[in-house]
Amino acid sequence: MIARDKRERILGLARKELLEVFRDPNLLRIVVIAPVIQLVVFGYAVSTDVHRVSTFVVDQDHSADSRNLTQTFFASGYFRFVGASERPRDLVEAMNRGRALVGLQIPRGFEKEGARDEAAVQVVLDGTNSNTATVAMEYAQRIIQNWAIEHANAPTPPVELRERAWFNPALRSRDYNVPAVIGNVLMILSLMLTSLAVVRERELGTLEQLMVSPLTPGELIVGKTVPFALLCLVDAVVITAVALVWFHVPFRGNVLILVLASVLYLVSTLGLGLLISTFSSTQQEAVLTSFLLIMPLMLLSGFMFPVTSMPAVFQWLTLANPVRHFLEIDRAVFLKGAGFMALWRQFLALALIGVSVLMLAARRFHKTTA
Amino acid sequence: MIDFIRLRAVIRKELLQFRRDSRSLALAFVLPLLLLIFFGYAITWDVKDIRMAVVDQDHGARARDLVSAFQAAGRFTLVAAPPRTSDIGLLLDRGTARLALVIPPTFSADLGAGRVAEVQAIVDGSDANTATIALGYTRAIVQQFGAQLLSSTRNPVPPVDARMRVWFNEDLSSSNMIVPGLVVLIMMIIAGLLTSLTIAREWERGTMEQLASTPVSRLEVVFGKLIPFLVIGIVDVAVSSVAGIWIFHVPFRGSVLFLIGPTILFLVGTLGLGLAISAGTRTQLLASQVGMQATFLPGYLLSGFMFAIDIMPLPLRLLTYIVPARYFLVVVRGVFLKGVGPEVLWPESVLMLLYAAGTLGLAVRAFKKEIT
Repeated sequence: MIARDKRERILGLARKELLEVFRDPNLLRIVVIAPVIQLVVFGYAVSTDVHRVSTFVVDQDHSADSRNLTQTFFASGYFRFVGASERPRDLVEAMNRGRALVGLQIPRGFEKEGARDEAAVQVVLDGTNSNTATVAMEYAQRIIQNWAIEHANAPTPPVELRERAWFNPALRSRDYNVPAVIGNVLMILSLMLTSLAVVRERELGTLEQLMVSPLTPGELIVGKTVPFALLCLVDAVVITAVALVWFHVPFRGNVLILVLASVLYLVSTLGLGLLISTFSSTQQEAVLTSFLLIMPLMLLSGFMFPVTSMPAVFQWLTLANPVRHFLEIDRAVFLKGAGFMALWRQFLALALIGVSVLMLAARRFHKTTA
Repeated sequence: MIDFIRLRAVIRKELLQFRRDSRSLALAFVLPLLLLIFFGYAITWDVKDIRMAVVDQDHGARARDLVSAFQAAGRFTLVAAPPRTSDIGLLLDRGTARLALVIPPTFSADLGAGRVAEVQAIVDGSDANTATIALGYTRAIVQQFGAQLLSSTRNPVPPVDARMRVWFNEDLSSSNMIVPGLVVLIMMIIAGLLTSLTIAREWERGTMEQLASTPVSRLEVVFGKLIPFLVIGIVDVAVSSVAGIWIFHVPFRGSVLFLIGPTILFLVGTLGLGLAISAGTRTQLLASQVGMQATFLPGYLLSGFMFAIDIMPLPLRLLTYIVPARYFLVVVRGVFLKGVGPEVLWPESVLMLLYAAGTLGLAVRAFKKEIT
């Protein structure tokens, strides 16, 4: 009997919450469409592959060799021709204006000196984007070296390297990034939705109305979070489908493992949203506080920056980050087809973080509303 | 059209509101510093400590030389030396190793006989970025190893000397790349996202009716809300620039005076966008979600802050042209790292001016004072 009352109270609140979301068609639209847009934009934009880098050529030699080297340079697909000139000044201009990120400069006498094994080529790189510059430099070096071996009768290197990449043979960064984007998009959505939904009631004064209703704080929390959890799970399914259909990310693992991980993950992110709401009295504060959390959660998750490259202190910090653990599960299930046995540590961590965050939030919620 | 006494009154009201919400104000200054520290210290594209497994089937002196060349390079950590190649699968699966180097049994013999010896590198490709960089290091080490072998026998000079020179960020430091970009990102958050809440809040709380019953005009409300945020934005730009220069030693090669103009243009444009969103949405929940999509995400992803625009697919590249952060980033990086001024950066400034005029107009139009 009591259990039934409790259930009805929670259901009532959950229904009210869903009504509020569905009554505002704009909000509904953004809750469903925004994650898809985010996935697509993130999926395309977050790429560390380097190709089509704008390149300016200064060929002062005008020889068959210099033309041949230039051709080889662009045939690779890593570099894109944006202009040519004879004067180095034009290269400086193009680099200053950002029209070119790379400059290939072949000095006079390149062909002649090539016969005496003394030819020099200069590659100038715009270092403002240090990542692109590092990778482009390596490609340029390799192209010129290979060209030299073929055309300038350089000795063949005595050791040959054969490379193979497992799990992602074409080394497409997208396959690695898109599953991680799913985790981040879910985190941003669930965190902001819950924190704002609760703070709004406080700001508008309707939280007091809820307090005088027979709802207990525990029921209030469950009734407030469950609808958002459901919304986020629907979103998870939608964006995973988009990832598979649109981006053709391979899915090698078990769906059930992913669903279980998503539920555990949402417990901690919704809990964090609830926790933020207990610290904020206006929605503006809640938005700012959310950002204060979202940025570190995102940056310290291994999403774009490998955890192993961080200083030790930050590596320790990542252990408390639910996003990190979810991304590890997510990527392993998508790309490696890993099973539960390989991932139980991450599951345990997610569960521990989820339970403790939710308990902390519930306690603070109790105190701030009572 | 604008009465300055009324305008001042609106500004004072906004400032009062901000002062009372002291937490928001504090966050508006803490957030940039926190982001700077995270980006500056914790985050790097560099790949260190690559866990490597070596399967040495050759056991010769040359093979050992190659392995020590890897160890001497400082980027690889030898974690396992299994006897068989079939063990590699398990090591990569578990993530114990990221890269496996296989030296076949004929390695020393081939080298001794003057044939091309082969080495195999197997990399865990699931993190494509790390894998590409790790393979790059591997290639460089093997190449150098080969060159040393050659130089002991034949002509030591490579026939084509490829000289690499990096401009603007000579030691390719990632904080030089990130800090100027961060200034842009922070502005997007503070200016775009925060303002997107302000008019929605008035609607939600019902104070819009009060505002409507006063003689204040649309323009006065828009400017009255804009100016306090503009001040906060400018202070934020200054704080994060100075912190970047002092803490991370980012070079500042251009003119501070020139930077002020584009900064104000960019801020006004972004604030205008935030206000337009705010006027159009009416609830803060919705406004914050729309604000996210319209300000923070494009500022982060489509500005070229971290991810080069050059390599994006065409539709996305076209989209970046309507992201003002793209232009401001060119200006900020240009002034910080390249030391260029208006003679180079005027097209970006003009575009930002157009953008500011456009969003302000949109904000004034979207903000209908009449209550229906």
